[in-house]
Amino acid sequence: MSSRTLKLPPLNALIGGALIGTLLVVAGIGAVWTPYDPLRLSFRYKLAPPSEMFWLGTDEFGRDVLSRLMAGAATSVWISVLTVALAVVLGTLIGLFSGYMRGWTDRVIMAFNDALLAFPGILLALGLLAVVGANKYGIILALGLAYTPSVARIVRGTALSLREREFIAASRVMGNSEGYTMARHILPNCIAPLTVLATSMFGYVLLAESALSFLGLGVPPPAPTWGNMLAASRPYIGQAMWLGIFPGLCISLTLLGINLLGDAVRDKLDPRMRGAR
Amino acid sequence: MLRFALTRIVMAIPTLLIVAVSVFVLIRLIPGDPASLMLGDLATPASLADLRARLGLDQSLPVQFAIWFGNLLKGDLGISISSQQPILPLIVSRFWVSAQIVLVAVLLASLVAVPAGLIAAWKQDSALDIGLVALATLLLSIPTFWLGLLLLLFFGLKLGWLPVVGYVAIGDDPWRGLVYLVMPIMTLFLHEIGVLLRMARASTLEVLRLDYITHARAKGLSEMAVLWRHAFKNAFGPTWTLIGLVLGNLLGGIAVVETVFTIPGLGRLLVDSIFARDYPVIQGCMLFIAFTYVLVNLVIDLCYPLFDPRVTAQ
Repeated sequence: MSSRTLKLPPLNALIGGALIGTLLVVAGIGAVWTPYDPLRLSFRYKLAPPSEMFWLGTDEFGRDVLSRLMAGAATSVWISVLTVALAVVLGTLIGLFSGYMRGWTDRVIMAFNDALLAFPGILLALGLLAVVGANKYGIILALGLAYTPSVARIVRGTALSLREREFIAASRVMGNSEGYTMARHILPNCIAPLTVLATSMFGYVLLAESALSFLGLGVPPPAPTWGNMLAASRPYIGQAMWLGIFPGLCISLTLLGINLLGDAVRDKLDPRMRGAR
Repeated sequence: MLRFALTRIVMAIPTLLIVAVSVFVLIRLIPGDPASLMLGDLATPASLADLRARLGLDQSLPVQFAIWFGNLLKGDLGISISSQQPILPLIVSRFWVSAQIVLVAVLLASLVAVPAGLIAAWKQDSALDIGLVALATLLLSIPTFWLGLLLLLFFGLKLGWLPVVGYVAIGDDPWRGLVYLVMPIMTLFLHEIGVLLRMARASTLEVLRLDYITHARAKGLSEMAVLWRHAFKNAFGPTWTLIGLVLGNLLGGIAVVETVFTIPGLGRLLVDSIFARDYPVIQGCMLFIAFTYVLVNLVIDLCYPLFDPRVTAQ
């Protein structure tokens, strides 16, 4: 294989890394600076096609599409990071507790955990949104809670298998408290599987956030997100195609980047399956 | 075989029960009096008192759950706030609209993706394989709501071949009904090809590495026979399981596609109910979709031994 002789990272890692790197840079810039104010209305430039002045055109209120996409990238990345963080922290606490306590505590917690996993796709998030209300914080809470069970399941599995190992028994014999043992010895061993899970979760969350915003249940307008820009483009898509093209392209390229990176990580962890899936 | 089937069916019962508890608890998390939430703006003191008695709100929470669950078993999901209709018939009629789209799309996608994945794995690392995987990864990465918009833009607006928005029940007018379903089905079909092809390829690769495949080749079987009789049958399991998960996930996530093409399906009913704060319908939709998901996966599991007899032995 050429990658072995050249020591170049595989193609999927390169393309995926480049796509996600670009996203993070654009989101970083979009958080502090955009070419125009993404919220400023200008009826003079309503539905202007892409030009030198507005690279990606303007929308039905004359707002610059590029500026809105950049601001939207910042919002989406920020929401996704917070959501994943919430799910990881909550799921880790539940999983550690459940896996370490074992017995009935574990059985009851995991029965509920698995029942929540029985809700398909974003259904649980939709139900939670109905409870917490559809806005920026609602979406973080709903999606974060919806993805908590899958984190809890993985951490609990790791905790359960580690619990029987000698170094955990040694820590207990040395007189360390249960809490200290969990934090000092079990938690660090969960970090590798959690990192893999969090990366793929970032993709799911970004997609779910876009889908919910597209449905009108996410970040409310006028604040731009890729999802609500796509939703708003629907009535104008015949006369202003660019409104429907660019936000969708941004979402797709981000997901493509995450999928390619995910493939690259899996190939690295399991060389036997190189190029599979 | 019977033992296997019975175990699986019994195992699904606690899951269904906890799903019901979760949905019941979820709606109770909303601050405020459940009866006034359920009646919305139309509440009168008399109707409130009536519903409170019917839900057993003056009694303990487990009793309330028992009453609610008893009604559920009778198929009584309550009355919609916004349409004042009984909820179950409403959900069932919307379900058929979504189900026909999802079923046809997943069936077609499986028919294309599984053989394609098999061929890609057979010709691993060839140009064909790399091309198929690249295409699948691309299709997988395009969200359905954007794919739908692109199809709409191209086939609906640019070429004018298909109607842009609307829905006609296929029972009312088969031809026009079908025309309206082409683009939604095509959207899901293209997306799921990406998902299923990668899985079919991955599981075939796993199997092709095994010794008995080498043995089958060594004894002089044709490649066709090796692939079909030895590789495919053993590699199909994971893909079959994934088909079940895909069906359920689509049911939960079909709202976006129904929004793009303005189709009155179950997903749209759920989203509209969230906007309208029609809590009884939200509760009903969540229960119905989660139950269907569990049941679909149960059926998938029960079909497993048909092509992989090893399953029942365990």
